[in-house]
Parts: sequence; C-alpha cells; structure tokens
Amino acid sequence: MTKVGLIVNPVAGIGGKVGLKGSDGEETQKKAFELGAVPESGKKAAIALRILKSEKDFVKIITCPGEMGENVCKEAGMDCEVISVPDESKRTGRDTTSDDTVRAAREFLNMGAELILFAGGDGTARDIMDAVGTSVPVLGIPAGCKIHSGVYALNPKKGGELAVRFVQGKVLRLKEAEVMDIDEEQFCKGIVCSRLYGYLKIPEEIRMVQNRKSGSVYSEEGAIERISDYLADTWDGEALYIVGGGSTTASIMKRMNLPYTLLGIDLVCAGQVIAADCTEKEILEAIDACASGKVRILVTVIGGQGYLFGRGNQQISAEVLRRVGKENIIAAASPDKMLSFLGKSLYIDTGDEEVNRYLTGYMRVIVGYGEYVVMKVSD
Amino acid sequence: MEKTFVHPYMPNSVPEVKRLLLDELGIKAVSDIYESIIPGELLYKERLNLPEPILSEYELKKHVAGILNQNISTEEYASFLGAGCYKHQIPAVCDEINTRGEFLTAYCGDTYSDHGKMQAIFEYTSMMGELLDADVVSYTTYDAGQSVCSSFRMAVRIHDGAGRRKSVILVPDTMNPDIYDQAVSYCRNVSSLKKVRHVKETGLMDLEELEALLMKGDVAAVFYENPSYLGFFETQAEQIAELAHEYGAICIAQPQVSSLGIIESPMNLGADIVCGDIQPLGMHLQYGGGQAGFIASHQKLEYMEQFPTYMYGIAETEKEDTYGWGRAMNYRCSHGSRENANEYFGTETGLWGITAGVYLASMGPQGMYELGETIVQNLQYLIRRLDEIEGVKANPFGGSNFQEVVVDFNASGKRVADINAALLKHRIFGGKDLSREFTELGQCALYCVSELTSQDEMDKLVSAVARILKEG
Amino acid sequence: MGYVKKNRDFHEARWDEPFIMEMGNPGERGILAPKASEEVKKLSGSLEELIPANLRRKKAPKLPELSQMQVLRHYMRLSQETIGTDINIDIGLGTCTMKYSPKVHEQLVRMEKFQELHPCQDESTVQGILEIMYQDEQYLKAISGMDRVSLKPAGGSQAIFANVQTIRAYFEEKGEGDQRNEIITTILSHPANPGTAATLGYKVITLYPDENGLPDIEALKAAVSEHTAALMITNPEDTGIYNDRIRQFVDIVHEAGGLCVYDQANLNGVFGLTRAKDAGFDMCHYNLHKSFSSPHGCQGPGAGAQCVSEKLAKYVASPTVEFDGKKYYLNDNRPDSIGRLRAFYGVPSVLIRAYAYIRSLGADGMKQIAELSILNNNYLIKKLLETKGLSMPFAKGRFRMEQARLSWRELTEETGVTTDDICRRIVDYGFQDYFTSHHPRVLPEPFTPEPVETYSKDDMDEYVAAFAAIADEAYTDPELVKGAPYKAALGARIQEECLTDWSRFATTWRAYKKHMNRPEEQEK
Repeated sequence: MTKVGLIVNPVAGIGGKVGLKGSDGEETQKKAFELGAVPESGKKAAIALRILKSEKDFVKIITCPGEMGENVCKEAGMDCEVISVPDESKRTGRDTTSDDTVRAAREFLNMGAELILFAGGDGTARDIMDAVGTSVPVLGIPAGCKIHSGVYALNPKKGGELAVRFVQGKVLRLKEAEVMDIDEEQFCKGIVCSRLYGYLKIPEEIRMVQNRKSGSVYSEEGAIERISDYLADTWDGEALYIVGGGSTTASIMKRMNLPYTLLGIDLVCAGQVIAADCTEKEILEAIDACASGKVRILVTVIGGQGYLFGRGNQQISAEVLRRVGKENIIAAASPDKMLSFLGKSLYIDTGDEEVNRYLTGYMRVIVGYGEYVVMKVSD
Repeated sequence: MEKTFVHPYMPNSVPEVKRLLLDELGIKAVSDIYESIIPGELLYKERLNLPEPILSEYELKKHVAGILNQNISTEEYASFLGAGCYKHQIPAVCDEINTRGEFLTAYCGDTYSDHGKMQAIFEYTSMMGELLDADVVSYTTYDAGQSVCSSFRMAVRIHDGAGRRKSVILVPDTMNPDIYDQAVSYCRNVSSLKKVRHVKETGLMDLEELEALLMKGDVAAVFYENPSYLGFFETQAEQIAELAHEYGAICIAQPQVSSLGIIESPMNLGADIVCGDIQPLGMHLQYGGGQAGFIASHQKLEYMEQFPTYMYGIAETEKEDTYGWGRAMNYRCSHGSRENANEYFGTETGLWGITAGVYLASMGPQGMYELGETIVQNLQYLIRRLDEIEGVKANPFGGSNFQEVVVDFNASGKRVADINAALLKHRIFGGKDLSREFTELGQCALYCVSELTSQDEMDKLVSAVARILKEG
Repeated sequence: MGYVKKNRDFHEARWDEPFIMEMGNPGERGILAPKASEEVKKLSGSLEELIPANLRRKKAPKLPELSQMQVLRHYMRLSQETIGTDINIDIGLGTCTMKYSPKVHEQLVRMEKFQELHPCQDESTVQGILEIMYQDEQYLKAISGMDRVSLKPAGGSQAIFANVQTIRAYFEEKGEGDQRNEIITTILSHPANPGTAATLGYKVITLYPDENGLPDIEALKAAVSEHTAALMITNPEDTGIYNDRIRQFVDIVHEAGGLCVYDQANLNGVFGLTRAKDAGFDMCHYNLHKSFSSPHGCQGPGAGAQCVSEKLAKYVASPTVEFDGKKYYLNDNRPDSIGRLRAFYGVPSVLIRAYAYIRSLGADGMKQIAELSILNNNYLIKKLLETKGLSMPFAKGRFRMEQARLSWRELTEETGVTTDDICRRIVDYGFQDYFTSHHPRVLPEPFTPEPVETYSKDDMDEYVAAFAAIADEAYTDPELVKGAPYKAALGARIQEECLTDWSRFATTWRAYKKHMNRPEEQEK
C-alpha cells in the first residue's frame, strides 16, 4: 500500500482566468471571485485522480478536508483519509491560505506519505517546499497561473499516469527540480521578477539514461563535477564574474572554494566573493568598478521551461546583459538537463525586447570538461 | 551495364520475393526509396569501379588462395623473427573453439543470451589474473601498444584524481620503438614521454638517471619491459618500482606472458599496472593480426575507475553456485559517457581473449613452466652456437634473456639486410634487422626462438650464417 | 515454402557449467609442448642458471589443471550458451550490421600460407598478402571516392581515432594546431566520435537534432568558428533518416576552415548509391568487419578503413602498402604520417575477408547489398510498426535507410514494461537480445533493428511476429515480460548490485573470492 498525500489549492489559478496575473494574496483572490472566477484546480486534480484510481487497491490517499482534496476524491470516486484541521471554516476553499498547505504537507510527512501530489502553481510548490524540502517526492499537477518551476507533470493526465507508475514501483529515478516563483506584487505591476526559491524532489518522467547494468551509471553529480573542474581550470582571475543561482553554479563555487548564495547572485573577483546575494544595482556598480574591464556572467538553465535569464535571476537585468555583452555569457548545465530540452529551446525574458532580440539565436552550453552543446535560444 | 543477379548471400535478390517486399511498401523499385531521400546531386550515377564478381564459391576460393599461395610461411622456412609477434604451439583445441560459429559470430549479446561468451571472457580474465597475480584484468584491447598507451594515461588520471598534476612518463630507451612512437602520439595532449638511457654494457635502465629524472617531481609513471624489447631481463625490476614509489610515481610494467610460468609477475615486484599482449597465448601469427592487449592492476578503486575498456564483472544469482556476468561500470568508457569517458573504446579483440583462456586452461601451470624452460634453454643454445662464429657477437649485453637476443654482426663487416637476404636462400628468416630502429647498435639483429625452434633449425642457421660471413 | 515459424518452442542450451577454476585435478595436462633436445639442454644448462634468481617465479600460477577432452567439452558447452549470428536471425543488433559471414572466407584465413606469416618477414615472401591489402585499398577508394585508404586501424573506433589524429596533424602543419581546438559532432553519432576527439584533447561541441530528427543546421552555423577543427558526422545517424542537407553541412564547415569527417559505419545502406567524396567530405571511415562481412568474434578482432582525400594522404598511418609495377612493398618513409596506429599492419584476416567479399559481389552485387538492406529495413519497419505500443519518432512517414530507431515509449507508459524487459524477453523466442541505443538514450525506450541484406522475408516475418506476441504479453501479463528470460542459457536472475557497487565488483575469480572471504576474515 502506497500512501499518497493530496493537496488541492482551490484558489490556484483563479486569478489568471479573469485577467489577473496571479492568485497569491487574499486581496487578489477576493477580487478574482468578485470577477466571477471558478476554481479550476479541483477539476484538474480529478483528472489525475481518476487515472490513479486504477491502482486503488494499492494506494491510500490522505488529503485535506473539503475543496483542498476531499471533494475531489469523492468526485473521482477514490476513498481517502482526511486529516483534521484546526478551523472547520476552511472547508469552503475560498479561505484557504498558504498556511493550510504547509500544515497539510507536514502532516502527510508525519503520516508516512511516500508521494505528495498537489494541484496548484508555483506558490503552492513553494509552500510545500517550505514544509517538506526534499525529504519526500512531490509531483505537481499544473493548475496555477505561474508554472515556472520544474516540478510539474506536462498536464493532469500525464500527472496521473506518472503517479500510477510511481505506485507500481516503475519510477526508477528521482531528481531535484527547481521551485521558482514570481514576486507577485511586482508582477501585478507588470514587472516580472521571479526567483529561484529552492528544490523539490520529483519522480522522473522518462529515462534518458541507460539502465544500470547494460549501459552507463550516468551520474549527474559526476558531470557537474567535470563542468566545475573545467570552469575552475579556465577561470580568469582578473575578470569579474557575475554568478547566477542554482545548484550547478553552486557546485562550481564550491569547487573554487568560495562561499555561495544558492538562490541569489554572487560577484566574484580575484578569487574572492566581493558581494553576495546582490541586487541589480550592486551588480551595475561592480561592473563600473571592475578594474580589468573584463566581466563574465555565469549562469545555469533554471526551471523546467529552460530559462537562462528572466526567471530566478532578474538581478542580471537587461542593462547588465547589455553592458556585459553576449560573448561574455557562460552557460553551464548537466548533459541530462540539456537532454530534457532536446527538440525545444532555451528562453530569455529580460523584459527588454531589444536585449531579448540581441540574445536570441544559438548559444553554447557547457556540459562537461570542455564539452558543449549548441542550443537554440528564444525569447 | 548494370546487372542484378540472385546471390547466395541475399535471399531477397530473388525477383519474386523482392517484388513482395516492394508491393508491401507500395513502390516499384528500391530506387523509389533512396531517390526520394538522397538529393540527386549526391547520387552516384556511375558503376563502382570494381572487378567483375567471381560467383562460384570454388572459383572464388581458388582465386584468393592463388594469391595467398605466393606467400612463404614460417612453416616452410625456419623463422627467428619475434619483435612483438611470436610463433608458439597452438593447441588444436584453441582453433576448434575460436572457429565455433557461436563464438566466431557473436557480438554484443548480454548476460542471459550470451552467458557462455560472458563466462568464457571472465574465465580468460580470471586465468590472466592468476598468471599475472593481479586482481583486476581488463577486457582485451587492440594490442600491447594500445594497452601501454592506455596504462600511461591511466597513470596520469590517477594522479589527477588525487589532485596531483603529474604528466611525465619515463620509459627505457630500449623499449619497443613502434610502441614508443604510438604512445607519444596517443598521450601527447596529456603527458610527455622521456627516455631513460640504458647502461651501455648491460642494457639495463640507468638507475642514477632514473632517480635524477624522478626528483623533478613531475613524473606520473615509470615504465619498463621485462624482458626488454631487446630480449634481456630487466633485473632491477624491484629497484625501479621502489624508486618510482619513493618519488610518488606509478610503476607500469610490460611482461612477456609466455615467460610467466617461470618468471615472477611484475605485480609481485612492485608494479602497479601491468600491461602487454596475449598473442603468444594461442593466436597464430596471421601477419600480425593475432595481437591483443591486456591491462591489469591491484583491486584499488582509484585504479579501477580509470580503466578505459569494458570490464566484465561477476554477479551472484538467486541460485547458489550459479553465476552471471555483465559489462559494468561503463561510464568509464566512451560507450557509457561519450566525450566524458576516460578514453575512446570500440570493437577490439574479444575472440582472442577467449582463445587465450582456452590456451591457459590447456597449458596449466606445468605447461607454462615447461614452455618457459624450453624457450630459455633453446635461446641459450642459440646464443652459444652463434657466438662461436667469427665476426658474430651474440648477446652483447651479456645478461640473461628470454626468447630474444641481440646478435651483433658489426665485426663481420656485413649488413644485417644482406645476411638476411642470403639466409632466405637457406630457407631461413633471420632475426629482425635493428639497424634502423637502434642506429647506435650498428649492424645488429634481434633473434627469436620458441619451444618450436628445433636444434636442427638452430644448427642450420649457425652453419648458414657462418658460410655467408665466410663467403663475404 | 515461405514457411514462417511462429511460437517457436525454443530453449537455449543451458549447461550450468561450473567455473573453470574449480574444475580438474592437480597433475592433469591439457597439452604437451616440445621440449629442448638433450644436446641443447646439455649446452645451455638448467633453468636456475639461466634466469636471474630475483626474477624467478616463487609460486606457480593457479591455472586450472584439466585434461584435453575436459577443456574442449567445457568450452564447447560455453559456445553453445552463446547466440552468434550463425544460429539466429540477428536483426536486432542495429548499427552492428550483423550480416552473414561467408564460410569460404574462414577457410581462406585459416590457410597456413596466411596464418603462419610473421609480420617482419622479407617482402619477397609476403607478396600475396600485400597484394590483397593493396587491392583492398583500390576497391575502397572506388567505393568512397577518396584518394588514399589506410587499412591499419584495428577497428572502426580506431579508424575514427586515426581521423582525429589526421585532423591534428593537418592543422599543426598549417600552424593552426592551437587555434583549431574544437570538434563538432552530433548527439546521435557513435560515442567513438566525441570519445576520440576528447582523447586527443579537443573540445567537443554537440549538436542536437531538430524536429525532423536531423542535426540542427542552424546550430551548426552558430557552432563553427575559427576554432573549428572538424565536423564529425554520421549520415544516416542511428535513426536511419538520411540527412539530405549533408552537403550544406560540409560547406558550412569548410567555409569556416574546418575539415569534414564522415562516420560511415553505416556503409551497408549506401554502397554504390552515394559516396563520401561526392558529399564533399575530406575523410571517412568504414568498419570492415561490419559492411565487409567479417564475423564479429565476440567483439573483435575487427578492422577499420580510414579513407582520406588527396591533401590528407600523406598523413595516414605508416607503413602503407605500395606497388612499383613489379612488386608490392611497405613504405615506412613517410615523415608527415601520424605514425604507428596498431602493431604491424592492422588486422589482415579481416582484410582478406573483405577482399574475397568484394570479389564475390562486384559493383552490381555491392549496390544490391545497399538496395536490399534498404528494402528490408523499410519492409521490417512497416511490419514492426503494426505492433501495439511501438512507434518511430521523428520524420513520420519518411523512408529510412538501412536501420531505424524505434521507441517503446507508449508501451512502457501503458504497461510499465520497458525496452530492457523486451530485450530480455525476445531471447525466449530464439533471438539474440537487441540493441537499444548508444548512450545517451535520446529517444525513450529505444530499439534499433537493422535487417541487412542477408535476411529473408521469412526471417523478418518471424522476427516481427515475435514482437507482436511480446507486445500482447506486455498488455495482458506484464509480469511475464518483466521476469524474462526463461529459456536463455542463464536461467537465474543476477544480482545487479554485484555490477554496480564497486565494493562488490570483481573482474577476476580471485578478486571475487577475496570479496567473499572478507566478511569471514572480519569475523575472525
């Protein structure tokens, strides 16, 4: 019997349908309902649950009361155990807050859930990450306005299928995926400002690697180690490095014996971190102050959608990019990560069309020791 | 004019059958396929310039055999050639097994379907492990040269892995010149080879120079052959290993596998990596086509991770006393991780590995002992007899040898090339001419014997050489 | 006539043969060798006097001691537990070109006049083998359109390696050795391409396929620069899709000053139809054991041919085989050569087979090979794709050349049965397991068949029927497929940890025994 926790965020995505750019914050939600929004997340969760129902003899669903899960289970015809919540008034769904999500995820963990399934967006993903970190696999059914994180199935149906495979023990690998979110207030003002908040552990959908015996035991860590070695060996001591967030760049910093900000931008010069977790302003000042005039930007590909700039690293702004120049951008990612974009494109969204156009085309991404993949970059 | 014909290697060349396939695809001719996908300007419109086919099997065999029959083999003439390729007795069982269609035509089948192949290969590495006293033995490589090259790069990577940047490989200046050239080219982007000179009188490595070079601190490995390319034993094997270790270098040695029934494995004399060729273990000469290499080491993770070849591992099964095998830890080789691999890797010499296994199982410890004994006795006889000839100095380095010896003709005033040409008339292949490879030796040749060399052949050689020099 | 065997009641030989180190008894002998004559012994003395005391072996090697019949029987049994091309419909090992290896070739390479030739013999005594090597080069020149062919490489990968060495030599001579330090290749090319390039210290730039499954030409344009040493590309790649813009790829790289290298391990489908030269390549290579019929010998010995254009001819490995109008000779006096590649002259047995093969087919026969391997492949794909859960990603509806990469993705998603499971299950039907994909698995749950010209329609129909049956099993009883094989030589499932955990990993019996004894030692 596999215990699966289910969280449905009934307010996820409601803002989008009525032209609001997000659904976080009670004010926005209220406004959305006033505009006549109907929650979509429940329907999406039900699609996944109906697929998971095929395994009902082997699955035990634990979920939250009312619209946060219980109702969806009933609709899909799936038995479930409902956790108790302190305040019964939260059953309507309209009043749920992120605290409810955090509390439920913690409770599932305590109850021994082996997988947490959630229907929601980046805000929900963030809440779950705050609650459980990478201690239990999590799978998102995309239902929010913002789905920049890499933690979702392609659609609710695929989410259900992947959950089935997980229950059947067919998922052979888990991987860490980024949790990204946008600063809502800024976003609603038309300023995109997303950040990398951390990582969740998710079941991997398809395998790019060979099975363990006949093929390679391909180690992602090994690949990132070789990338780090390469960058360390080719590091220009005179140059100012603007180092983006993410676990890949963090490994490079570790290899250089430098402290790092996992989720922020650090500046490195002459073998030292000269500023940590910087703002755009600090970066621009450092560029001005750079004695050698040599500036490099080192970033990794963030999120399931393949953003190089504009998601999770807005501090490296259009102005920064314009001043540093295309030829000084160093992108690095593991071969596995790059393979997940096969047939697709990498993206940039700097908020400045001219800079976007300047950066689109093809770009090299470092995937090993002196090894590159040439990828398409779109805006 | 282009002709199509029914050919025994192509069942679907029968027009009626071909038609069935074409109909299934809804096309009239195969050209409908390739002309639709290959651009016209790339299509080759002419007929390949090749000779007309010889269609009957008999005529084909007669034709090819007719060409090969122009050769004169070492079964017809007495041969004193070695230099990396050695004629030995081939047990008939070896030929029987490596001509079995199942082994001969198998390829990369895996654990369950090719269980026998996997077991045979693991038996080969296991028996090599005993012969070499090594716990880790690679799958076969192309040849000794490849094994030596890869061993050198392994050494550099082992240091790299431990955070040490050492890149110089020290080799004896008497080493096999072909392998030296090959290694320089193969390793040059990661390491440089430096020759350590030999002591003029003995041929042995000059340990003083070795130590001086080691002191520089940039040496990744010290390599030696035992016996050397020139046939003499490197009696300082242990000192070389000790010196290497003292200065933090890895010791790599290349033994002659056919000597290991009587000679200690370099593994027991301090070597860390042992490599070489298994051609002497059951492979016919085949004009040099029977070469196959091995690499071996102790069971140390930092070494094992650096093997660039396939490695076959043993696995227990759910059944007691039944084992299975698999190619494992493949991320080390290019098949597993492409450009991130240790080195490149491809189809090498599997069949020769299996054959060497059959050979070692047939020979056993006693057979390997007797083999070594016979070879050194024959060689000693040859040295003594040749040395009796005026103008000939056999074994100028004076030490003990295995299977090969330098024969110095300088005093005779004759060129080795001329002597060898004259020997052909006596139906003898004289020793390999060293005058180009080791110019400082002047007119010297490398003579080789095996357990197959009869006293009669050696006596004939001695009298022929004596006559040729006298007639001079 | 035309009988297609379905549901063959197959079982591979299963001898449960013990490990050779555990067999036999002390004193048994498998073979006796000649010994030195009494006179020789008398003159030369005893072994002790002849070898230095410090080098004398102290403990005899622990080799098995077995009589001859027992050695033979053991290995005969192991051979029966191996599925070679001679005994099965070997369509599954795509990219390997598992064609019939004519038996008459085996008689030829076992002639004493070849087997007992020493590579250092005087040229006058090896005119026959030199003639064959020389003629092989002429034939391969015709097939590739190139100007010089080296037959020294001991395998396809070594031929690729020789190509990279040639790239290096060419640019070093031009004084651009340091500048041109990048080699471009594609993710679907054979791993030896990036592998050899990286071995010689080149940066490797990888191109991914576009939506049609072909290398992205726009990415190539972005990748070339003054640092480009070469493009190493395969066409068709493992997908079997012919890259009709190949000439443009070549032109883009040439314009940037780089060389173009064609990996033609897939020659079987293009014999006589199109040549490397005509697409503008500077170099290509062939795997002689594949397209030219040598048996694969449990992974070798094989041989490779490195074919180069006139301007690169001086770089190929030494020695070359030349003909002065009267006699054949070896030319070692080539100062620009990349030097030694393999001991002596490559793998001559494979060269003899290639010679005999070409002579038995001629120009029209060679072209027929290509035509029939393309025909067979497209027929097989059409039939295979009727199988539930199997699909062919990329370039739908387009014909393939001599092989194709298929995907069981749908079947895996629907049943949980993976390509690795099917790969084991197919053995129960009397076939060798199949080739999934080189690393990495760009396409999920891959399967890459290559039905070369030596397989009949009936062979293919039997093969297809087996997969249809397995797909049925996957949908009705997936556990059956996952538990396979049941009828293979090895009847028990292995513990995979023994192969993935370094602390349990052993490449020799002695290392395995030490692993086994370790816990006991600790107890003591």
